[in-house]
Order: sequence, then C-alpha cells, then structure tokens
Amino acid sequence: MLVQAFAFYLFAGILVLSALMVITARNPVHSVLFLILGFFNSSGLFVLLGAEFIGMIMVIVYVGAVAVLFLFVVMMLDIDFANLRQGAMQYVPVGIIIGGILLFELVALYTSWHFAPDIAGNLDVPDSGFAEVTNTEALGLVLYTKYVAAFQLAGLILFVAMVGAIVLTHRVRPGVRRQKVSVQQARSPDDVLEIVKVAPKTGV
Amino acid sequence: MVIGLSHYLILAAILFTIGVFGIFLNRKNVIVILMSIELMLLAVNINFVTFSAYHGDLAGQIFTMFILTVAAAEAAIGLAILVVFFRNKGSIAVEDISSLKG
Repeated sequence: MLVQAFAFYLFAGILVLSALMVITARNPVHSVLFLILGFFNSSGLFVLLGAEFIGMIMVIVYVGAVAVLFLFVVMMLDIDFANLRQGAMQYVPVGIIIGGILLFELVALYTSWHFAPDIAGNLDVPDSGFAEVTNTEALGLVLYTKYVAAFQLAGLILFVAMVGAIVLTHRVRPGVRRQKVSVQQARSPDDVLEIVKVAPKTGV
Repeated sequence: MVIGLSHYLILAAILFTIGVFGIFLNRKNVIVILMSIELMLLAVNINFVTFSAYHGDLAGQIFTMFILTVAAAEAAIGLAILVVFFRNKGSIAVEDISSLKG
C-alpha cells in the first residue's frame, strides 16, 4: 500500500509539474518535451490502476505519434515565438479566475459524491480484474465483439483524418519534373523519333 | 495511506484546469493551445480509466481508446491546418486567423 501511494504521488506530481511546464515554457520545443514526460507519467498511473493496455497504448500513440507530430511541426515552421508571447499576461487574471472556479467546482464535486448503492448491477462489461484473463485479453474479447461498430467507426475517423491531412498539406509545385509513367508508356515512336536519311558528306 | 478514487479524480481535475488555463495563457500560440487540448483530453482519459478500475467495468477503458483515436485525428488535422495557414500567411498568431472572415 505504501509503495502504491508513493508511486501515485510520484507519477501525479511529475505529471502536474510537466503539465504546468507545457503551458509556461517559453520555447514550444520544451513544451512538447514536457508533454512527452507527462504522457509517460500518465502511462505509469494507468499501469498503477491496472489498465496496462491503455498505459502502453498511451506511450505508443501519444509519445510515438502525436508528440512527434507536434515536434515536427514546431521545428518545421519558422515562427517568431517571442513575438507570440507578447501581451500574454493580459489574460492571466481572467484565466486564473475561470480556472479557479472550475477547479473549485470539480474538487467540490469529486469529494462529495458516492457510488449509487445498486451500482454493481449496472456493469456494462464486468471486469474480472486479472482473475481470469489479462487486461489486454479482456479488452480484446469485448472490443471486437460488443463494440465492433464503434471500433470500425474509429478506424473510419482515422482514415478521414489521414485523407484530410494529406489533402490539406499536399501542394502541386510548378516547375518540378515528376515521372509520369502513363505519359511515358503512351509515347509512340512516331511522335518523338524522326529518321532522317542523310546523304554522305552533307550532314543534317 | 490508501490511494482512492478521489485522488485520481482530483488529479484529473487539476490537469483539466491546467489545460484550460494554458489556453488563456497562450492565447496567441496555436501550437500550445493544441497541446493544452491534449492535456484536457488526458484528464478525461484519467477519469475514464479511474472509474473503469474502481467500478470494475471495462467499458471506460474501451472509451479511452476511442478518445485516443479522436485526439490523434484532431492533432493531425489541426497541425495540417496550421501548416497550410503558415504557408499562406507566414505566421500562426491567432489574431491573424480572424482575417479568414474576409
């Protein structure tokens, strides 16, 4: 129990600190790196909760894909970040007021609620908690059967996002000589080749 | 010292508030705003997994995966729009984006 509490406070503390650094860092590259640190720590929290598959998927998707995408864009665009920070403090009081109210309300709600007494009868997908199958196997057993429609829809969302990102960022640059195989194949010798009979000692 | 449901919920609340505050703090910088949105989605994921674990119901973890999907799609599309905007305007300041109104 003590080890669990220690691990929770370690992961949670680093997670909150790195989240704070994400929004306050001057250099967005540092922001992205702190975001990666935060995702690693949240993954640790998920493993602590027994959701080990989500924890691993968190590292793969967020750190491996999303954060690297952010890093690419931050480094690819030549942006004057110092200019973007000007006048940033202007909205801090409003942000502190709204964030404070939000945090107060959420904490007040979270500390005063309790499960309904008949909650055990309302389980959608009962979890044996590693008693029969591992977490990954239990998720797989239900993801491809009960939630197969939602799973396919998630794949469709990813596909649309992929097509959208390619359509948005792809541009046809003029003056670039690309290989067009169909044009190459359609060339007939008559169009491009001229056979000239050259008489001796005359030249073309 | 037993770590209960409330610990995780309050952690998620703090993370979500940091995300909201980040949008106010970096009002001009779209990239950091997108990162703040990722932080808020992470807070929601923590809530889902916490309830899933303490309630003994796997549905929360399934939904976490769908949130992950949407977050990845949102990041890809958002950054693609950002790249196109930067190509056209040479800047990513939020107030310049309002010129899209015409």
